[in-house]
Amino acid sequence: MTDLKKDYQKILASVQKPVIGEAGKTGTWSRLKPVIDLEKCIPAKSGKFICFNCWLYCPEAVVSREIPPKINLEYCKGCGICMEECPVNAISMEEVKFE
Amino acid sequence: MNRNFSREVENNMVNVLEIVEDEYIHPGTRMCAGCAMSLIYRFALKALGPKTILTVPASCLTVLHGMQGFCTTKLSVLHTPFATTGASASGIVASLEEKGLADEICVVAFAGDGGTTDIGIQALSGAAERGTNFIYACYDNEAYMNTGVQRSGSTPLGAFTATTPGGKTRPKKNMPKILEAHGISYVATANGSYPLDLYEKFKKARDIKGTRYIHILSACPPGWGYDPKDTIRIGRLANDTGFWPLYEISNGKFALSQPSKKFLDPAKRKDIEQYLSAQKRFSNISKQDIETYRNYIRDQWNEIKRRLENQ
Amino acid sequence: MTIIGKNMVNSKKKVKILTGNHAAAYAFRHARVGVMSAYPITPQSPVVEKISEFIEKGKLKARFLLVESEHSAAAACCAASASGSRVGTATSAHGLMLMYELLPWASGTRLPIIINLATRSCGAPWSVWDDHSDFITIRDVGWIQFMCEDNQEIYDTNIQAFKISEDPRVNIPTIVAYDGYILSHTMMPIELENQEDIDTFLPPLNHHINLSDISQVKGVGPVTTPDIIKRKEGTAPGYYEFRYSLQKALENSINVIKEVHDEFAKKFGRAYGNGLFKTYKTDDADTIIFAMGSVSAQARTVIEKLREEGLKIGLVSLRLFRPFPIKYLREFFKGKKNIIVFDREIGYGYEGVLSYELKAALYGLKNPPFIKSFIVGLGGRDVKSEYIIEGVHKSLELAKKGDIIYKTEYFGLKLDELKDYDEQEFLKGGGK
Repeated sequence: MTDLKKDYQKILASVQKPVIGEAGKTGTWSRLKPVIDLEKCIPAKSGKFICFNCWLYCPEAVVSREIPPKINLEYCKGCGICMEECPVNAISMEEVKFE
Repeated sequence: MNRNFSREVENNMVNVLEIVEDEYIHPGTRMCAGCAMSLIYRFALKALGPKTILTVPASCLTVLHGMQGFCTTKLSVLHTPFATTGASASGIVASLEEKGLADEICVVAFAGDGGTTDIGIQALSGAAERGTNFIYACYDNEAYMNTGVQRSGSTPLGAFTATTPGGKTRPKKNMPKILEAHGISYVATANGSYPLDLYEKFKKARDIKGTRYIHILSACPPGWGYDPKDTIRIGRLANDTGFWPLYEISNGKFALSQPSKKFLDPAKRKDIEQYLSAQKRFSNISKQDIETYRNYIRDQWNEIKRRLENQ
Repeated sequence: MTIIGKNMVNSKKKVKILTGNHAAAYAFRHARVGVMSAYPITPQSPVVEKISEFIEKGKLKARFLLVESEHSAAAACCAASASGSRVGTATSAHGLMLMYELLPWASGTRLPIIINLATRSCGAPWSVWDDHSDFITIRDVGWIQFMCEDNQEIYDTNIQAFKISEDPRVNIPTIVAYDGYILSHTMMPIELENQEDIDTFLPPLNHHINLSDISQVKGVGPVTTPDIIKRKEGTAPGYYEFRYSLQKALENSINVIKEVHDEFAKKFGRAYGNGLFKTYKTDDADTIIFAMGSVSAQARTVIEKLREEGLKIGLVSLRLFRPFPIKYLREFFKGKKNIIVFDREIGYGYEGVLSYELKAALYGLKNPPFIKSFIVGLGGRDVKSEYIIEGVHKSLELAKKGDIIYKTEYFGLKLDELKDYDEQEFLKGGGK
């Protein structure tokens, strides 16, 4: 049993520690999710660390800078910026079943 | 839309691979989908690195940082009342100086346009006048977005907000100019659509002593009225029309930044109507206001031209 | 002040003739304040001028932020304190009110900041002179509030305040108030303690937040919700719990305040009653004057005269205004017959604040004392001895009749001389 009379002394300032998914799984915010066509994707096709516009312009930092780029759909809010900014139209927004 | 291959990389500014891969914001924030401020903050924090203490007033950024108990950033932050950002940063800097940590740790104040151009201008001006050793960054989404889109001193002419239903009748306050008049060591403008340019500016600012001010245009899908996927495109139009030129002033020396350089030539600029018509907040803008914009852009660039020629 | 043991003259201590403001400045210096931030306002300004001098001469190693407003001064103090520095400032009236937003911010973040307040009337109209109306405006912001009666008490209370505020059981900011001009600008001999002795009494601050330690990432003062938040990473209190803990810590700080006061008294030989309020000739008294600061000091001078009339009268001078020492006051006033309260402020729309605070504190006592309240000395008007004497006489008469009426009376008003005054009439004929 905690002694509430003593424990209030431990509650001081409102402080925070870093966590992943502070707002929950933000991937549930949108049904439409980016899907990368690896046939078109520049780094996937060339095997080189070039382009990565999807990584660059993602406001949520859910695209990885690897070959091929991967998108963390658990937290992707589905804004569609990556689709717009892909220079070779390799990304489309599709309805993805999310568990 | 323009589908040039990684436009900024093409401009040889900086290779994507040269950017720190570490992220300082955990995914799963409360920001709206397509928020330019999220992108701006992401690259600013990458450039600043782990030896940074942040201070943030009431704003969308407060919400980005998260509610009680749990935060999203991997850097320490001091939340502070709306009007106090400059003073709050001054207090942190003073404490670090007292402890001999000021050279090691960078203090960065990050505020919205209302918190900077309106309620926080006094504390910011005071901190700048004192030459406080810190970076002040203003992400400018041109209204009080966190409270539901009310006009601020940074709302542009003709823009609809909840408190200017007929469109704002006065132009935007030129905050970078006001800060420049303080004679501080670094003033720069940036734009969420040019994250590499922004990254370089924060990196540069980090290594300069004294007060450094970076004013960043930050497109806002719900506040400006456009589809979230168009955030980068809208920000680019602000640049390409010459409305929001990117520049930096280091110790009084003015230089245009790469994405804006070519717009010294008026022929290269897109017409401002392209920028205005892409956003619902300007849907009722008058012809006269559009003409005012054209004149403003012309005068702004004439001034830049004179400045470049005379220094 | 009670001198315990040692004789002042024979001790090796430094005795200096100082104003109240300079006493506060010396206390900051001896407390080794790390960061200060202030803005000039009469009658506080000499505090910060003296501290600037200490820093200039290398007597105090501190960072002093000369900011552009009290709002910024308070904000910088909060930030410096959250970054782990020992922090203090000084202000008066309008300065304190401009700081207001930051006051609940500081207590809510549990930052051990010390403010010295040279009390001053609040405008409009402008008045640089003394009353306690600034001091009482902040009674609900969650700070510890002291009112001093002489310059030695200012020095001593400041030293104690740092120790109280920084105690891990407390972590609450403190305001140390003293009457503007009456103390702030009046010279008195003050015993200054040796730096080494203060250092052993007041160890370096070990801050519970300390943002400057970047090895531990934290957010401080974020948005809270009406409820607690539970996640797999832990359970975070809500606004209600934070504010409850502040209230509890304030209530319990009374024990720490007494403890620190007693330790100080033992070490340095100076005591202030029980640390919460000071009593004067109360042992056999059934009638008590209740006041604070300059008003207490004035009342002290007439007790002997009133006793010569055969009255069993004494004085209670309140030192700790927040947390209000309810338990100790109830104990003290049990069995007393009459209390005469003199307030140097008005709780507008009600009565003198000390008066209604005391009435509430004594609620439910068996055979409660008769309480009569008077307002004196607003805007620096003289608090004359005869007012105190007249007030006592008047109260005792009413008490005899059992005439308990909620009516505050005012001493020193000059309405008789303004019988013909009319604003519109007065404005006529100007500039001719």
